Amino acid sequence: MTLTASHPGFLSPAGVEIVFVLVGLVTLGAALVTVTTRQLVHAALWLVAALGGVAVEYLLLTAEFIAWVQVLIYVGSVVVLLLFGLMLTRAPIGRSPDADSGNRWVALAVAVAAAATLLTVVIDAFRSTWIDVEESVAGSSKVTGTALFRHWVLPFEALSVLLLAALVGAIVLSRRHGQKGSDR
Amino acid sequence: MDALDVTLRLVAVLLAFLLLPLLVGQTEHKVMAHMQGRVGPMYAGGFHGWAQLVADGVKFAQKEDVVPAAADRRIFQLAPAVALIPYLLVLVAIPVAPDGGVGQAIDAGIFFVLAVMGVGVLGSLMGGWASANKFSLLGGLRTAAQLMAYELPMLLAAASVAMAAGTLSLPGILDAWEWWWLPWQIIGGLVFFTAGLAELQRPPFDAPIADAEIIFGAYTEYTGLRFALFLLAEYAGIVVVSALTAVLFLGGWHGPFAGTLGWLWMLLKTGVLAFGVIWLRVSYPRLREDQLQRVAWTVLVPLALLQIALTGVVKVVM
Repeated sequence: MTLTASHPGFLSPAGVEIVFVLVGLVTLGAALVTVTTRQLVHAALWLVAALGGVAVEYLLLTAEFIAWVQVLIYVGSVVVLLLFGLMLTRAPIGRSPDADSGNRWVALAVAVAAAATLLTVVIDAFRSTWIDVEESVAGSSKVTGTALFRHWVLPFEALSVLLLAALVGAIVLSRRHGQKGSDR
Repeated sequence: MDALDVTLRLVAVLLAFLLLPLLVGQTEHKVMAHMQGRVGPMYAGGFHGWAQLVADGVKFAQKEDVVPAAADRRIFQLAPAVALIPYLLVLVAIPVAPDGGVGQAIDAGIFFVLAVMGVGVLGSLMGGWASANKFSLLGGLRTAAQLMAYELPMLLAAASVAMAAGTLSLPGILDAWEWWWLPWQIIGGLVFFTAGLAELQRPPFDAPIADAEIIFGAYTEYTGLRFALFLLAEYAGIVVVSALTAVLFLGGWHGPFAGTLGWLWMLLKTGVLAFGVIWLRVSYPRLREDQLQRVAWTVLVPLALLQIALTGVVKVVM
């Protein structure tokens, strides 16, 4: 990533930029279908498309390591967990009449507000940042690792303590009260 | 790297993808037959009935492609492709020979192969749900539970090798490999191979397709070519897991005359591991669902953590 005074400009975009926009549109479309479809399992599967699209965007921005981690964690584990939960509880084929929420307008407002905030912050922070996609070193695992464990070690450790707390909390919550552990 | 080079590499990977799983499948038939003293078809094609594989393929192609009336059509039809294609993508990243003998060297190769292999499981889940069949749904549930349990030890074991080599790239790991890594990483190797078996739903971890309990799990309603694609995904999975174990823990192309015969060593190690996979199928009883989970969480995860600790200590001391 280099800070350049002379901005390459948005006119006459390169092939990568066009692909980036197209994949972004597909991702957005998949995300919209995810929240609007009446079929629960279809929503989870469209989520796969949306998360996969985000992974492709990372790849196009040369952040290879982040892209694979995105696929591994979100597509490979989180969606599988979601599908497991759906199939374990209720996953009818066809429409679910109760798949709609009365809160949908509130949800829309929150989503728009969150998107606006994130857009403002990201645009403000990276307005003049330009990635040279030809060099392809900005997001390699070496660069990512160096940045993470040299400049961002404290947030990293704080996050891992937070995750540990969540893990312990989940175990505490899932233990039944009034029983001395499981006897099996 | 010019276009011709890339094309040649991709064609080679595609050929390996089309050929090796069939070879493993045929070996499985023959090895199982002889181990159990029930030889099966021995006449088609002459020697040991090798052409029976072709005949089976023709049979699969001729069968009617049935989609159950209550099924979710599109997802039901899409599922076999989702199960199969990830293994093709993984093969691209596996190095078979020194000095660029790899489809495409990927910087975060370990993460790539594990991430893409995890996607393949979505195929079984989709098939299990979309079949509108209780046994299929149960199979899908078991698949999901199994994947979530065995993904973690697999990842930890692979991370141990990455720590030892100081790189995430598969060719990079092989470049750094020394013979004494074999005893050093042996625990991780066993954990990785076992977790890989579980991820493929191979015996003794085949509760998701346990025929005595839930018919054929997620694949119960499939017929013809789509069923054959699921079977092909299983054999491609055996090739991929065996090759990955060979690369990460057995030194891949390392061996005498590695410069010229590296690919042969890689193939040999993969073949021996694939034979082991087949051997386990005819010699081990199926684990029950609760035993499956207990093995993953109380045996494999602690062992993988122990391996990581060992790797860290040796790495710091040396």
